[in-house]
Order: sequence, then structure tokens, then C-alpha cells
Amino acid sequence: MSMHVIPTPLRGLPWRVLIPLTALVLFGATVLWSAAGGHWSPYAWKHIFNFGLFLSLAIAISRLPERAFRQSAYPIYGGLVFLLMLVEAVGKVGGGSQRWLNIGFMNLQPSELMKPGIVLVMAVFYASLPPTLIRSWRALVPPLILLGVPAALVMLQPDLGTALAICFGAVVVVFLSGVPMWWFISGGAAAAVVAPLAFFFALHDYQRKRVLVFLDPEADMLGSGYHITQSKIAIGSGGFFGKGLGNGTQSHLKYLPEAHTDFAFATMAEEWGMIGGLFILFVFFVVLFRWGMGVARRAPDRFSQLLAAGMTATIFFYVAINMMMVMGLAPVVGIPLPFISHGGSSMMTNMICIGTIMAVDRWGKRAGSRLG
Amino acid sequence: MAKRKKAPKLITPAMLRDSFDRRSMVVGVLQGGVGLLLATRMGYIALAESQKYQMMAESNRVNLSLIPPRRGWILDRDGQPIASNRADFRVDLIPDRVIEKEKTLEELAKVLGLDEIALQDVRDRLDKARGFQPVEAGSHLSWEQFAAISVRQPDLPGVVPQRSFSRYYPSGPCVGHLVGYVGAANAKDYEKEHNPLLITPGFKIGKDGLEKVYDQTLRGQPGARRTEVTASGKIVRDLETREDVPGQPIKLTVHAGLQEYAARRIGVESGACVVIDCLTGDLLCFVSMPSFDPNSFTDGVGRLEWKMLSDDDHVPLRNKLLHGLYPPGSTVKPTVALAFLEAGLDPKASVNCSGGLRVGNRVFHCWQHHGHGSVDMAKGIYQSCDVYFYHFAQQIGMDQIARTMRKIGYGQKFPLPYPSQSYGTVPDPAWKMKKYGKEWAVYDTVNATIGQGYVQVNPLQQAIIASRLASGKLLMPRLMHEDKPAAPASLGVPQEHLDFIHSAMHEMVNGRGTGHAAKIPIPGVELAGKSGTAQVVGLNIGNGKGGLWRHRDHGHFICFAPFDKPRYACAVLVEHGGGSGAAMPIARDVMTYMFDQQKAWDALTKLEAGWGGTPQQRQATKYRAYAAEYGVSAPAVQDSDEALARESEADARPMPQPIQSDAAPPAPEPVADDTPAPAPSPSPGATTNPAASQHP
Repeated sequence: MSMHVIPTPLRGLPWRVLIPLTALVLFGATVLWSAAGGHWSPYAWKHIFNFGLFLSLAIAISRLPERAFRQSAYPIYGGLVFLLMLVEAVGKVGGGSQRWLNIGFMNLQPSELMKPGIVLVMAVFYASLPPTLIRSWRALVPPLILLGVPAALVMLQPDLGTALAICFGAVVVVFLSGVPMWWFISGGAAAAVVAPLAFFFALHDYQRKRVLVFLDPEADMLGSGYHITQSKIAIGSGGFFGKGLGNGTQSHLKYLPEAHTDFAFATMAEEWGMIGGLFILFVFFVVLFRWGMGVARRAPDRFSQLLAAGMTATIFFYVAINMMMVMGLAPVVGIPLPFISHGGSSMMTNMICIGTIMAVDRWGKRAGSRLG
Repeated sequence: MAKRKKAPKLITPAMLRDSFDRRSMVVGVLQGGVGLLLATRMGYIALAESQKYQMMAESNRVNLSLIPPRRGWILDRDGQPIASNRADFRVDLIPDRVIEKEKTLEELAKVLGLDEIALQDVRDRLDKARGFQPVEAGSHLSWEQFAAISVRQPDLPGVVPQRSFSRYYPSGPCVGHLVGYVGAANAKDYEKEHNPLLITPGFKIGKDGLEKVYDQTLRGQPGARRTEVTASGKIVRDLETREDVPGQPIKLTVHAGLQEYAARRIGVESGACVVIDCLTGDLLCFVSMPSFDPNSFTDGVGRLEWKMLSDDDHVPLRNKLLHGLYPPGSTVKPTVALAFLEAGLDPKASVNCSGGLRVGNRVFHCWQHHGHGSVDMAKGIYQSCDVYFYHFAQQIGMDQIARTMRKIGYGQKFPLPYPSQSYGTVPDPAWKMKKYGKEWAVYDTVNATIGQGYVQVNPLQQAIIASRLASGKLLMPRLMHEDKPAAPASLGVPQEHLDFIHSAMHEMVNGRGTGHAAKIPIPGVELAGKSGTAQVVGLNIGNGKGGLWRHRDHGHFICFAPFDKPRYACAVLVEHGGGSGAAMPIARDVMTYMFDQQKAWDALTKLEAGWGGTPQQRQATKYRAYAAEYGVSAPAVQDSDEALARESEADARPMPQPIQSDAAPPAPEPVADDTPAPAPSPSPGATTNPAASQHP
């Protein structure tokens, strides 16, 4: 690539990720355009606007020095925990559960921000932990507390999907930090024991039902299994080439629930077919596997390594769970597909993750150029 | 692993970096694995199973609904509709799809303006219906109501508003027993015939009478409509529509105008009237009144109306034409006289009537207790002298009389398109021996010759008898119209015998007889007839004229006109009319209609003013009275289809006849033109207090 053509302020931007990402967002906009019955409003236009807005945020984040991340990690974490408790308190007062705080111009969902927040605080913790302690209890207990508090607060809302996303990001950071492998093996074994117990005692009725329906969607075709079945019908009837933009009957005739948010992938697959699905997978492969994990591996130090990998994992979790859900491989949990589904909160979270990885990328290049 | 064992305590940042590299590889591979899994899964759904899901998407999108075929019309002999269809906006409920029953009903009641009584009937029907069997919530909706329901449809699952055709019987109760009725198929019908058409909202099958017997002819082929629908059932657009093929019409021999006239002329009485074409055997009217209104059975009969029908002692649910059996009384006398002639009796042979005749050790009375003096055959018929028949019947014998009676039509079953009919008895010695194991006695003959005792007929047979006596032909009743009917065979009765009977019956109405009430008020058209009165209870209970309605005598009249060149024959029965005097004016007016419709209508209009209007109007009045008195407290209709079937079956069974060992007293004959006051139809709450009619 000829660097001379590109103006200086743009030269530092990671175009190899921004170009596929923009393509994905625009592709998502066509899906939302169709889901709105061939109109730019209310979804598609806002989708592009949100992307533009949060892209600026991401670029701003990417300009921050590593020091700023390290120093602000615990204050940000503490603030988010406070906001989560506030949400809980407001919900109690208002009678009924609530996930967001109204801050005038938008509804702020602290649990969304906690997804990158937990990765940040975990990365800081392990980076500052002396390497010799990595096999001691001090490498495990504080992170468990750091994770347990927000995870429990989000579960209380109750928002299983977000709680799982928070846990996933944190667990990936713990795993990559080099703690003993047997912790994970025994942790997995413990989860195998706890999961059935949690299923019967900790989950809400509607959540339990979703799991049961996931195991056998056809058993309840007109009830809760309806969502999964309709989504599979949309994807399956699209075939390889799809029905063509605007011709999706499942979405337009409202058989597909949440066609513009959680089931946007099914809406897309019906009209664009498998080709569209492969395109989305390819973009995520480029953005997450090639770029995100690549940045993490090339990162200059332990903190930035864990940070980039954790952020990549957080986005990956969204993508994997959402696509597994719409294809009937996971229970229905309210998790949107990044950059395709409509929704400002998820766009913000994902762009914060992207911005953070971009920051790590920049630090790595600097370190590399310094070395060079 | 090896490193860890060597130096378990010493961990350097380089080692952690190594570990990170390895573990991030693991994470990356897992992520790639998930990506591959997703791609594979998508390939499986979108490629391997695509066909299946395409079909499912199509069956989601496209709603195939059957359009109930328009039912074939039932036409009269001139092509006038007796049963037709009218365009209708209606609302049905599919019980399986209704989620909140009470809320749905409340909403419907609000839009349709249903009162408590109507709402109760809908609830009854909903409780009885199973699964996908549609239940009517309302019909004959206005366009505004229809639109209001259609708008609310997405919020009211199971509610199906639609445009359709509903069965319409222009003259309502006048044709109830002629055509039967239609109704929604019930679970039993669906078990018999697994046809999705049967559970299509708005589709009706024949439940009784001609509607049932000719159901397959009348039914037609359903149309189909493919529509694109949203998940909530809202129709987005029509894709394709195949029109229905209307059912074939059926054409009857009945004359719609006469049918309505005769039915209305019976008025508040319980009776039956048949008119037959003496040339062909065509049934020109086929009336049993009172009757249910088949229009109100179409949508399932309501509680109040059902109570109204069940309470009525005039049994509107019974087809008296086919299922009512009555002793014929004196109407049997022309036939018995014909038997005498066939046996060679000289019509001039006479007997002296002193008011009674000793048979064995008992005296059999003549209805005319003062006696008729010298009576020959003609006078025996026109004065209806019982002694004449007592005397000569003993000479001729029952076997000859029974033979002639059977030839004329007594005890005969006719091939008519109705599921069952009762056909009565012609008693003779062999029959009595077989049935009761008893010897025939002389008093049995004596009873039979005046139409009492074991002899029983239905009103249809009475009309056939009249037509055969009139024409001398072996006429068979025909209800289905044919363009070129086969000519009827001859009875084999000599014309002079017929002429003799005809002139005696003519004398009965126009001369020295007892039937002046039946004289047609049209110059040049003279009627010949014979009246009959059948006793219901013995003289020890009532005199047959007044008292309790159900104790009064049945009245018969059989006749034909013109007397010298018979064209039409008619039989009228009035149950508990207090004697033949109730039947004669009806027969007169009905026969007048055959020759001068205007004159007949004029007579009826005056009568109906006194009765409280047409049968529909009277039923409406009675319904209002019931609604005011019972409201929603009437008991639920169990199963109207079954109840109707039971009613028919009960009548089809032969009535148990007690062995008669005594003389049946002859029923009196009317002498002058006096007509007993018609018995008032019972009304709820009011006690019936019929005025005893006067008789000389």
C-alpha cells in the first residue's frame, strides 16, 4: 500500500480492519433496510449513524496511551459496579427489573460497558501480578471477586446473556494469563456439576424453558420453540443464493421474531442466502482471528496482550452465541449480532472493544518501530 | 510440562509470554473451530435441508382456505326458489384457536350488539363444538360490523369474519317439513366423512328432509383461495382464487305459492294438507303445520326457540304428513262403498236407519241418533250413514273391503325421498290372527267400515286415496319433478263405479250432504268430497267437540275438483280440530286457490288478521313473549339434530294398538256450514280456555 497517497492523520488507522468492518456494517444496513420493509428508517439509517458515532469513539480510544488504560482500569471498574448497583436500586424503587439508567440523551446500560470493563480490570490485575505468584491462590481469588460482583449483579437484573458475556471475557483473560491448567479442568468439572443444579434452582422459569426448547425446538412449535424454528426456516429457505433483497417472507410477514435485532442474521440469510452468511463469517474471521488475535500476539507487553485478546474474545462471544442461537445450536438468549443487529448499546460496546484493540495495535507498532 | 517439573517455583515473564502464545493459539483454534462449525451448520440448514425449509416457509406464508360452495337451489315446479342462498357477512369462532374465550365473546357482543340470550346461545354452541368445528357467532352482519370485526381480528385469535352465502327459505316455516334444514356438520358427520370442507367455516350440510337426502347433489364443489398471510393471520394479498362450483338445483313438483298458502291457511291449528295432481300424481303441496322455521336452524337453534318448539303441544317438530297416523273416520266410506260395488251390491239396495243397529248382543249407533230413515248407497255416503255400512259390510265381508282399501292406497308405503314414513294398517282376519292370535269378530268389520278400530292412515295416504278415487288410476305420489312423467296405470275399477262414487261425494258437498262447508265459491267449479271425524278418546272422557284440546276429535276431509273431470285431489287433516268441520273450510280455500288465487288470498288475509299474522309473525310474537318470560333461564339445547331424529323415529314405530272388543262409537258429522272456532295455540303463562264449540 502506498503510504504517500493517504493523508497523515489517517495513515495510522488500521485500514485492514476498518474496511471489512465498514463493509459489514453497510451490509448490516441493507439487512435492516429490508427488515423495515424497504425503508432507511427507523433502523438502517440509525445503524450507520451509530457506527459513525462510535467509530469516532473507537478512534479516540485508540489514541490513548497505555498508561491511561492502566490507571483508569480500577476507577472505571468501580464506577461500573456502582452504576450496576444503582440500576438495581432504581429497579427496586420503580418496582420491576430494569437494565438501564436514563441519562437524558440516552439509556445507559452499565452491564454493556462492564463487558470491556471486566477485560480491562482483569488485564491490569494479571499484568501487575508478579509472575511468581501466577500459580498461587493470589492469582485466582481476587479475579474471582472482581468477576463475581458484577456477574451476580447482572444476573439479578436478570440478564443471563450479558452475565455470560462478562464471564466469558474474564475467563479468557484468566486462561491466557497462564494460571495452572488444572484450575480450568477442575473448574470445568465443577461447572458440569453446578450447571444442572443451577438449571433447576437458579434459573428463572422463562430461562429454563428456553434451555428445554433449545434441546427440542419441535416439541413446542407454536410456543417457545417457535423462535428457533422460524429462524431455521428463514435460513434454510434462503438456500445458497437467497431469495433476493426485500423478498424475505419470513421477516416481512413477521414470522421471524426480532427480525432486526437478535434474529437479524436469519433475516439476512433468507434474502442473501449462504453467500451472505459466508461473507459475515469471513469478515469476522478477518477482524477477530487475523487482526484481533494477531494484535494480541504482537502486543508489546503482558497487559496489552491480555487486553487485546480479552476484547477479541468479548466480540467473539457475541458473534458465536448469536449465530449458534439463530441456527438452533444454542438456547435463545438476547444477544445481538455485532455490526449487523440494530441497537446502539451493542454497537457502543463492540466499538469500545475495537477501539481498545486498535490502541494495542498502535502501541505494538510504536514498540516495533522503536525496536526497528 | 517438563519445564514446570524442573523448576516449579520459578516463573519468569518470558515463560508467561510463552504460555500466552500457546494458549492464545488454543483460543484462536477454538474460535476458528466455532467459525467452521457455524459455516457447516449453515450449509446443512441452507443447502442440505433447504428444500424442507422452503416448504415450511411457503406453508407459513400461504394460507389455503376453502370457499364453501353455494348450495344448489330447491325449486318449485315453475322454477320459483323454495330454498335459495343469500349473500351474508358472518363471524365464526374456531374453538381450538380461541385463546381468551370470555374476552373474545365480550368483544364480539360489543361489536355485534348481542344480548344476553344470544350470547348464551353462542356459549352453548362453543361448549358443544369440538376442536376445529366452526361455531357461528353471528350472521347477517352489517358492513360496519363486519369491518369492525375484521379490524380487530389480529387481536382476537379464532375469530373468522367472512363473506359467504347462507341458506335462505323465503317462506320459512311453511316449507320446514318439506325440505328439512341445513346446519354445520357435527363431530359425527365428520367421522363419517373426513372431508376438510365439513369443518370450513360457513359450510352447511343437509340435516333433515330433502336437504339431507339430496345433500350430495346440492352440495357442489368448494372453491379455494390462496392468500399471503402474516404470522398473526392478517391477509396481505390474494395469490390465487378458484371459484366454487355451485351445487345442482333440484326441482320439485310442489307449487311454491300453494305450499305457502296451504301452510298459512292451516293457521293456528295443528294439521296437514296435501294436494295432488290427478293426472300425474305430482304432489303440489306437502304441508305439515305448525313447523319449525328452517332459517333459524341453519345457524343452530337457540335455547329459547328450542324451548318454544318443545313446549308446543302442536308438536312443530313432527312431520304429521309422514309420521302421524290417524283413524280415517268416515273418509273411508267411499272406498268401502267401492268395495260393495265391486262385490256386486246393487247401489239401490237400501236399509232402514233408526239410529242404530244390533250386532250380536250390542247396539252400534249411527252418528245421527234420530236415524236416517231409508238409506241407499248414495245417501249412505253423502249423509255418512253408519248403519248402512254396518249392515252391508257384514254381508260383503272384511276380506273384500280390505282388498279394495289396499288397492286404493290404505296401508301403502310410497317411495318418497324421506328417511322414514309410517304407513298404517288395513285390518283383515289374517292380519288380526297374525298380530294378536285372535279370531276376527263381526264388530271388527263394523268398526273398520266407519274408519275406526284398527284402521290407521297418514295424511299423505288420504290424499293418494282421494286422487285414486277421483282418477281411477294407480297414481303414485311424486315429489321430484320430471319433464316427461310415465303415465299411471289404471286401477281396474269400472268407470260407472267411479262415476257413482263421484256423484255421491258431489252430493255430499253440493246437495243433500253434510259437507256444505267445503263448497267452492267459484261458479262452475264443483267439489266432491268426504268428511271424516276420528275420535281420540272415548265418550266417557269427552264428547270430542270441546274440553281439553288433546281430547278433541281429529278432523279429516278428502276431496277433488272438478267433480266431473277430476284435476286436483286434496286431503286435509286437523288434529284435535273437534271434527271434520275444522278440515272442510281449509280444503275449500286450498282448492279455491287452485282455480282462483286472488279469491283464496282474500279469504286468508281476513283470517290471518284474526290469528295475529303469518306463521313467521306469530312465531316472532311468541318468541318475544318467551324472551320476556324466560330470558336466559331456558335449559340448554342438548342436541337438536338428535332430538329431531328421535321425534321422527318415535313416530315411525307402529303405535301399539290395544285389542278392541267393543264397538267404537261413530263420530258425529257436521250438518251445516258451521265451523268450530279454531283452538288457540297455547302461549306461555296463559292457560288455555277454549270455548266449547256448539253442535246440533
